[in-house]
Amino acid sequence: MKRFAGIARAVGLALALATTGAWAESAGDTPRPPAAPPPIPVSSTADHAEFEALKRAFASGPEVTEACLSCHNEADDQLAHSLHFKWDYESTSGQTLGKSNVINAFCGNVASNEPRCTSCHAGYGWDDMSTAPAEMEVQPDCLVCHDRSGQYTKTATGAGHPPLDPVKPGTKTITGAPAWAVDLSKAAQSVGMPGRDNCGNCHFYGGGGDNVKHGDLSSVLYAPSEEVDVHMSPEGENFTCSTCHVEEDHNWAGSRYDVDMSIPEEAQEPGAHRVTATCESCHSEQPHPLEVASGPVFIRNLKLNDHTDKLACQSCHIPEFARGGVPTKTLWDWSTAGQMNAEGKPYSEDNWTSSTGKAMHTYMSTKGNFEYGEDVVPHYAWFNGSITYTLGDETIDPTRTVEINRLGGEAGDGVSRIWPFKRMEGRQGYDVNLNRLTYSNVWGPGTDTAFWTNFDWGNSIEAGMAAAGAEYSGEFDFVDTYMYWPITHMVAPAEDAVECAECHAEDGRMADLAGIYLPGSDPNGLTGIIGKAILTLVLLGVIGHGLLRVLGRKSKEG
Amino acid sequence: MSKRIVKVYPIFERLWHWMQMALIVILLLTGFSLNGQLGLVPFGPAVVFHTLAAGLLLMLWIFATFWLFTTGTWKQFIPRIEGMIETARFYALGVFRGEKHPYRKLYLRKHNPLQAATYFGLKWVIFPVIWVSGLFYLTYTLWEGGESAGVWIVVVANIHVLAGYVVACFVVVHVYLLTVGQGFRHHVRPMLTGYEEVDLTTEQEAYLEANEPDRLKPRGVPAQ
Repeated sequence: MKRFAGIARAVGLALALATTGAWAESAGDTPRPPAAPPPIPVSSTADHAEFEALKRAFASGPEVTEACLSCHNEADDQLAHSLHFKWDYESTSGQTLGKSNVINAFCGNVASNEPRCTSCHAGYGWDDMSTAPAEMEVQPDCLVCHDRSGQYTKTATGAGHPPLDPVKPGTKTITGAPAWAVDLSKAAQSVGMPGRDNCGNCHFYGGGGDNVKHGDLSSVLYAPSEEVDVHMSPEGENFTCSTCHVEEDHNWAGSRYDVDMSIPEEAQEPGAHRVTATCESCHSEQPHPLEVASGPVFIRNLKLNDHTDKLACQSCHIPEFARGGVPTKTLWDWSTAGQMNAEGKPYSEDNWTSSTGKAMHTYMSTKGNFEYGEDVVPHYAWFNGSITYTLGDETIDPTRTVEINRLGGEAGDGVSRIWPFKRMEGRQGYDVNLNRLTYSNVWGPGTDTAFWTNFDWGNSIEAGMAAAGAEYSGEFDFVDTYMYWPITHMVAPAEDAVECAECHAEDGRMADLAGIYLPGSDPNGLTGIIGKAILTLVLLGVIGHGLLRVLGRKSKEG
Repeated sequence: MSKRIVKVYPIFERLWHWMQMALIVILLLTGFSLNGQLGLVPFGPAVVFHTLAAGLLLMLWIFATFWLFTTGTWKQFIPRIEGMIETARFYALGVFRGEKHPYRKLYLRKHNPLQAATYFGLKWVIFPVIWVSGLFYLTYTLWEGGESAGVWIVVVANIHVLAGYVVACFVVVHVYLLTVGQGFRHHVRPMLTGYEEVDLTTEQEAYLEANEPDRLKPRGVPAQ
């Protein structure tokens, strides 16, 4: 077992190096695939390398899918009903969400930018948001989730297809690495249950780069130290994503649109059948154990358990996000995009350096201004699990900061708890006459509308609005925005949890939060002033009394 | 009437006093630390030791209440008006002129009238207030579903803190008064040894000689 852990760690390290691109600089001109990912603790009764249907050459991704379906004949139907495939979600709030519908504070929208954005779609060739992928007969991509050879990937702009031999020079993968030729046969024969790498190759790179979007999902999680993620670390539990995000019929527990706050079932062991992905699913509502020997620990845990009525576990146990050396984007100002340098060419500036020494773009002609953060203290807010979006047909108030998504719930509603969030600051386009957020066409080499090629906001927005089928007055400006990302990954070891005094103090972490009484946060309030005044008067009285006694004694002696 | 050195503070009462003193000091230090006034103890340990000390003090008081009523000592703590004016006058004026304390310690009256009144107020007002508010504070999660619980917790917490300040004031005055009269050591010693010189009536003296000779020191022995 020890030996296995050692191998796993070594492989994990190799993978971590590979995915950070450290190898690429020394590998010459031919990009090479990363090493196989570390083994994950699952058992299987089938070795897919032995299956005749897979012992052949494949000319395309969809061909592999056909081979998979020759045995797994319900899998495509299951996947076709999942969010990973549909990008369309009927929220409990009544809104229609999903990537095909929402506007975000990053690249904005998928419509008109399809082959770039759908490079991470769990299918092959979805290149039109206005038609559902099932209608377009888009073939599901089994390998992106089930490849265990580590060398399967998708090209960054190929609507979900993998880079195949011969790879066009300059092609990049969805993680931004120079693309290599995927060996589909090897990938098909390697399949197994998804590892952190399968999920991470897309989810760690949301927003166009490593940890740009979520803040708590970065390439660090391919093989995190225990300090970064106590559950997923190969040094510890070695959880995969699906250890928590349990699956049923290719639908996964855990949603950013409708967040499960707590589990209605009893606490269960990891891996047991359940349908939610909350901390409490395993740790229960009384997560700090009371079966302890010492009185002080008992009292401490009792008091800590008292917090679960008001606090999400994440609020204390994820002290900061973007830990482990990969920064997250905290501000994206589109309004400054389009400036050219002295030669009239697009340019970029790198005025921010990560803790690992990586220079980060702070300005790009294509995208505008950026700010970053590492080890970021979250924004805290009351949250009942429901998130609603400011969709393209909603009226906004451009005189105020527009919330791209809104957190449901408030103090005292009996459901909401204080959750940690990444609060993304943005500045993005809106229609000044209709007061609505705008869609924009940013990607599209060869078009005369894509902003990243033509640097013309007017054309870009017009094309984006047309692709989304949205009404547009023709006049735009930019508006400040906030977008909230629930923080729930990168759970730190217990000893690194947020210290009590981080919140129980004047100007603590929760200082801006209404609706909660925090002992210790108001030592100089009215009671503190009255108390200190009384105590001061008593002290002065005692000192005065003492002095008079001394003087009285002296005068008597004199 | 004769002056005799008598054990006025039996062992339980002395233990009660000093354990109470230690626990109250711990409660004040941890309490004002977690309230944000003192940086002595970090918030987490402050809560733990504040709660533990409160639990121990509560237990001690259950024992003490039992003891007070079974031994009749409770009568010592009943205030009375008689002698109050003289005592107050002494602290306000006489003490500066080097007058003698008007109160003579009696066997059945260990406390002077002001002392008795102070302890009475402490025991019947301040301590109950701090206990009740403290227990409500500690058990907030049991009643947080109640109406306006969010307002009441603020009220409870502020009452508790304010009562804590009053206890701190008591400690200041209590310690200061030990220096009045015959001095600090003279006042503290009986609470350590149990013995103090008091006026005994002939009957009391005869009773103690006959029934509780251990409580009486032979004549002429200093109260060490």
